[in-house]
Parts: sequence; structure tokens; C-alpha cells
Amino acid sequence: MTRTIKPSTEPRGGASTPSPGSRDSTAKRARRYRLTSRLTPYLLLGPTLVIIAGLLLYPLYRMAVMSTQDVGLREVRGEPAESVGLDNFSEILTSDTFWQALRNTFAFAAVAVALTLVLGTLVGLLIHRLGRVMSTTVIISAMLAWAMPHMSVATVWRWLFDENGGVANWVLNRMPDWLTGTLLGRTDWSGYTWFLDPLPLYFVLTLAVVWQSFPFIAVSVLAGLKSIPAELFEAARVDGAGAWRSFWNVTFPLLKPVFAVLLVLSIIWDFKVFTQLHVLAGGIGNPDVFNLSLYAYAEAFRSPPRMGLGSAIAIVLTAILMVITVAYVRQIVRQEDLR
Amino acid sequence: MNPVLRKRTNRLALNGAAVIVILFAIFPVYWMVSTAFKVNAEIFTTDVVLFPSTFTLSHFEGIFTQGIGNTSLWIYLRNSTVVALGAVLFGSLTALLAAIAVARFQFRFRASFLIMLLIVQMVPHEALLIPLFVMARNAELTNRLLGLVIINIAFTLPFAVWMLRTFVAAVPRELEEAAAIDGASRFRTFVSILFPLVAPGLVAVSIFSFITVWNEFVFAFTLMADESGYTMPVALRWFVAREGTDWGGVMATSTIMTIPVIIFFLLVQRRMVAGLVAGAVKG
Repeated sequence: MTRTIKPSTEPRGGASTPSPGSRDSTAKRARRYRLTSRLTPYLLLGPTLVIIAGLLLYPLYRMAVMSTQDVGLREVRGEPAESVGLDNFSEILTSDTFWQALRNTFAFAAVAVALTLVLGTLVGLLIHRLGRVMSTTVIISAMLAWAMPHMSVATVWRWLFDENGGVANWVLNRMPDWLTGTLLGRTDWSGYTWFLDPLPLYFVLTLAVVWQSFPFIAVSVLAGLKSIPAELFEAARVDGAGAWRSFWNVTFPLLKPVFAVLLVLSIIWDFKVFTQLHVLAGGIGNPDVFNLSLYAYAEAFRSPPRMGLGSAIAIVLTAILMVITVAYVRQIVRQEDLR
Repeated sequence: MNPVLRKRTNRLALNGAAVIVILFAIFPVYWMVSTAFKVNAEIFTTDVVLFPSTFTLSHFEGIFTQGIGNTSLWIYLRNSTVVALGAVLFGSLTALLAAIAVARFQFRFRASFLIMLLIVQMVPHEALLIPLFVMARNAELTNRLLGLVIINIAFTLPFAVWMLRTFVAAVPRELEEAAAIDGASRFRTFVSILFPLVAPGLVAVSIFSFITVWNEFVFAFTLMADESGYTMPVALRWFVAREGTDWGGVMATSTIMTIPVIIFFLLVQRRMVAGLVAGAVKG
């Protein structure tokens, strides 16, 4: 309570010589003041709490309930849903599509996160060593990639890898056959479709996601680097450390908290990629390329809809992400005092 | 190698790497914009034209006059703007109140509230789609922009409160105390002391929220059944999925959707990093 204004200073120029009566009213006012200042924060928080409770927490609860129900077209229209216990969960756990989606989700997140972090860090280190003009140019170009809406990113990469007019196939056709042949097992790329099988599709998705996410990592790492005193790098250099040693012995230990947060944020973002996958996969027709969020969506909104099953998948996705979120929250709480 | 030469090759290697990064970052953006201005003969060819020789505005004209599926782009732009502005105006004010509570008052559950904000912010929206769709349906809010506004408020609110909190906390408490001593009411203090000082932060947070809502796809895609209610991302998605994709028109649409975001983004990106990485980056 040290932060509230002392009530006694409030009536300015008023009762300079307090009579018993005015002291009484001062006490009353003080009590009222204390009461309102105790209530004020809750009043200010009210709307936010209502919105979060009603539109984020309650839906979570509904999702949990629906995951144990059979929710079809009729139930969506308002008829009471029938409980099926844990049937939805046993159904997804025994479905090949679920395990394939889980594999896709994990494999994609692992590769995309690793690539994003490595590339982003390298670019951050690079910018740190560049001259003024060059570093500004790199930052601005990277900003463009970062700022693009997900939908635009997905569309552009879909177009870059288009089977007919796409740049990718054109470039691959122009590369020497021995190179593309040994590396990719194919020499004729005319009309090659990238979006039917999981591997080529996820290759394009990874490119698109890494392309858009590395700038954030680079800029964050750069901000961290600027906070490290130059003498430390100088000292490492004098001691004969090269760039590699100096990174692992100076930069990395000092920026560990930054990397921890970046790692967790990247995992969370890459785990639930939806828009880009939806565009590249061309909707929900091909279960082989599902990740968990597209799978949940596909079950819930196909016709006829199976919202109970979709909710069960969404629960699995949420549970995995919440585990990772705990790591994030702990990291933030440790760094930032919540006062 | 002699040190001067070594330094030179070093410089050269660094700048070479920088050029590669720049090309990698810029090429897709360049490709989007250049396709939007190319004539169809240079788009639909297996012999890719890297630098178009002729420029045309016909794709831009097409999406506004003929439209996408007979609905002019103006309609989609309007829908997106209505949803984004609606969500931002209401959401930012709500967030400001909560931020003041958190930054200016001590109360029970304060730390719990902040931790809840962090957690709620990480709940995957894609997972909430199913229950929110059912709720919106029951409330007869599907196929109405109002439904999208409400949902987007909820999605942008946690991050907005989290960021605004630091802006409010940065305003020296003494200013408000001085005003209070001079007899200003709490409301008066808020209007004439706190608000003007927090305004830049409020603008930055509003811009973030605007970008988030402007880009939101999944909910708009699921909740809006009629094409007259589509927002920009949904219209673009629909445009791509049509038989024999008109890539010139698609890229023109994509360009128009991207421009406001890039402008806004460049205005506030510095604070974005600070907000996301929170206390991790110091300095």
C-alpha cells in the first residue's frame, strides 16, 4: 500500500486546525479512499478478466468437454451432445493419421526451429560485424520477410514452387543434371509437383517458415550482442580465440537467457503452423501431410463434422504446447520481476 | 598472408555473405511485386522472366473492377479494416485499463494475473477454433463481422496488456502524486497526466494488434460463410484455390494486403522485439 497517495494530504488548504468533527469526516473519507483504492484495480481489470475468461478460458473448458462427446451436425445446431467417454481419444490413438500428423508436427518443428535459430544467429552475428550501410540494408531486407502476412508468405512460396510457372523448377532444370540427379534423384523438373507428398511439401513449408522467422532471431541476437561490452570480445581475441571459440565462450554464455526465450518461442510458433500448411496442402484433402492443427481442423470441419474428435486432437496439441509454455513462463519470470 | 590482405578478404567475405542474405530475404518479396506487374505472357511461361520488360496495371485493375469472384477488392479491404479497427479500438482501451491496474496498484493475485496472461497468450488459437465456432454459432455471430471483432479482441488482449504494462510503469509516479496533491481527481489525473505520456505506447500496441488482426486467417475463414464477408487473407486464399490460378491477380492482391502491414511494422518493430523477449535482452 506504499504506492497509494496518503489520504491525509488530500484535503489541501481545508482543515488546517482539525476539529473533532472534521477529524471524523477525514477518517471516514480515508476509509472510503482506502476502500475505493482497494477496489479500483479490480474494476480496471474487470473487462479484461471477463474477456479472457469468456473467450479464452471458457472455450478451453468447452474443448475439454467436447473431447468426450460425439458432436456432429445436429449437436452443432444446438441439440444436446451425447457423452462417449474417452472414445475420441482411443480413436485418435489407434488412427494412423494421428501418428503421421504427430510425426509431421514434431519433425517439422525440430528441423524448422533448428534451422531458424542457426540461420538467425549467424545473420545476427554477421550484422554485428558489418559496416553501417550494409548492416542497415540487411536489417531492412530481413524486416520485409518478417513483416509479410502469413497468408502472403504462403501464397508467394506456393507460386515460387508452382509446377508450371514456378522459379524453383526452372532453376533446377537449369542446374547440371549430374548435380540434381545425385542430390535429388531427378533431372527433369518440368511440371514437377511439390505439394502432393509430405517430404517435398514440408521442404517448401520449412523454407517458407524459416525465411519468415529468421529475422526475428537475428534482430534479437543482435540486440543481445550490442549489450555485450566490446572489451570481452577483444580479450578473447587477444587470448587467441577465433570466431568459433569466442562465440561459445563469450557470446553464448552471456546470451543464454535470450537463446532460451527464442528457442521456446520458436518451438511454440512452429508447432502450430496452420495458414501456410493449409495453403501449400491445398486444403484438407490429403491426410498424409496433416500436422496436428490441420488434422484437428480437418476432423472438426469436414462434412459431416466430427467436432468431438477434433477437440480431442486439439487437446493433445494444447497439452504439448502448455508443457513448452511452462518453460517459457519460468524463463520470463526468472528474468523480469513481476512487480 | 599479410594482415592487410587478410583484413580485406575478411571484409569481402562478410559483405559477400551479407549480399546472399539480402537476396534470400528480398527475392520472394520482389517476386510477389514483380509478378503483380507482369503481363500474363511473362507469368504463364516455363521460361521464367526474372526482370520483366513491360509493366502492366491490369492485374490491379482487375481485382478492383471485376473483383475476386465478382466481389471487388474494396469489399474485402473494407471488411478487414472494419474488423481490425473495431478490435483494436476496443481492445486497446480495455488493455490500457488492465495495464494501469497492474502497473499502478498492489493487489492480491497480481503476480498470478501476469503469469496467467503469459500462459493464455500461448494457447494455440487453432485449438480454440472448434469451441469458439460452436459458441459463435449459438450466439448467431457466425457470418457477421462483429463475431470476428469480438474473437480478435480476445486474441490480441493478453499481449497488449503485457506490453502496455511496461509503458505505464515507465511514467514517473511522482507526476501523478503531484497532480493528486494539487487536488486533481483520479480521473482527471488519468486524463491529463497519465494518458498523454502513455499515448506513444498505446499507439505502438495498437499497431501490433492491428497487424495481428489484419493477418488473422483461420477464424475469418471458418466463421464467414458468404464471400461478401471475407477478409483479405480469406479472399486471397479463395483466389489461390480457384481453378487455373490467376497468379498475376493473386500477387496483386497479396501486394496490396502486405503494404499496410510493412509500413506499420517498420514503425514499431523495435518495440516488438522488446515485448516478445521481455527482460531477456537488456541494453
